[in-house]
Amino acid sequence: MDPIHQFAITPLFGEGTFAFTNSSLFMVLTVLTITLFLILATGRGALVPGRWQSLAELSYEFVANTVRQSAGNDGMRFFPLVFSLFMFVLVANLFGMIPYSFTVTSHIIVTFALAMLVITTVILYGFWKNGLHFLHLFVPSGIPVFLLPLVVAIEVISFLSRPISLSVRLFANMLAGHITLKVFAGFVVQLVAALGALGGVLAILPLGMAVALQGLEFLVAFLQAYVFTILTCIYLNDAIHPGH
Amino acid sequence: MSETTQLLNEISPGATTPVESVHQEVHDEHGSAFPPFESDTFASQLLWLAITFGALYFLMSRIALPRVASILEVRSDRIATDLAEADRLKQETEAAIAAYEGSLATARANAQKIAGETRDKVQKEVDAQRKALEDQLAGRLAEAEKQIAATKMKALENVRAIATDAATDIVAQLLGDKPDTKAVEAAVEASLKN
Repeated sequence: MDPIHQFAITPLFGEGTFAFTNSSLFMVLTVLTITLFLILATGRGALVPGRWQSLAELSYEFVANTVRQSAGNDGMRFFPLVFSLFMFVLVANLFGMIPYSFTVTSHIIVTFALAMLVITTVILYGFWKNGLHFLHLFVPSGIPVFLLPLVVAIEVISFLSRPISLSVRLFANMLAGHITLKVFAGFVVQLVAALGALGGVLAILPLGMAVALQGLEFLVAFLQAYVFTILTCIYLNDAIHPGH
Repeated sequence: MSETTQLLNEISPGATTPVESVHQEVHDEHGSAFPPFESDTFASQLLWLAITFGALYFLMSRIALPRVASILEVRSDRIATDLAEADRLKQETEAAIAAYEGSLATARANAQKIAGETRDKVQKEVDAQRKALEDQLAGRLAEAEKQIAATKMKALENVRAIATDAATDIVAQLLGDKPDTKAVEAAVEASLKN
């Protein structure tokens, strides 16, 4: 009945740093699912795609279009990274929708690590490609000189808050959604346990709510993966084209 | 709740009531704090995230994405070549239509030429025949006119001879003297002219 219980990390075998936990299991499952899906779906390489191949091509073109629109054609060098991020987050989110499963992305350390991967890539590539010109990212052109210190401070703070907002957004959405689902589902059990038959009738309300929330959570699972992806692309665009 | 249990355990270690032992189990099973903030699981999560995401990145960038990309490329190439082929066939069709129309125009021009030539030839023949006929008729007309003129001349000659004779006779009867033939002829000539 504890809505937090679903986020507990329990080692399946091993201990400490090397422990293979339920979280590790679902990470492995996520990667296996994505890889098998893409490799099996593109196995025949048919000119006229079947359902699975269509789905694989759809996911490819969806991410490719997102990268191209947000970061331009130069951004396509990061396409494998962005695609991996999108699929990892999406499939991990969707795995979380299965009852009794574990949601990898409901742990801040995972989302933060992914966000730091993005920001580190942005910083390293930004300096490698643009040199010190990358710092123009923090100095928008056309700003009066007396406002410059303030604007630069704001830009620096907003840049530094990116990994935090990127990771917290995904983590909090998955966490909150799953807790809400669990709470409403818990009401059903509690009502029946407390009031018997009358509780069973009343339980229809939270049950309906849980069903509706389940639908919403599927949307959130996709939407958050997309938001993570598109923000990644926008940040990468800053590294590729640092001038405002 | 679990903190209370912890506190109780600290106050009186070993003295576990049934309720506390249940809490103890819950404590052991669920962990003490909010799971996402339990920092002792971070290392394992980061390790496995690095392994799995690294593997995913490798598999995507080396195997899966190039496969999808090549499928899409093959398809777009195929579509491009098919479109080019369709374009070529269309141009061929247009060329064939143009050739057909050209030969049709030539044939029509030939037919017109032949018709024109035939018409001209027939016209020429007709003209020649008509001219021959007209010439023939004109010849006969001229001959007839010549004959008429000759007859008229002869008649006039006769008239003159008769008139001269008659005039000579009349003058001889009246004057009893034969007039000069030349003068009579001149007089007859003058009166015939009138």
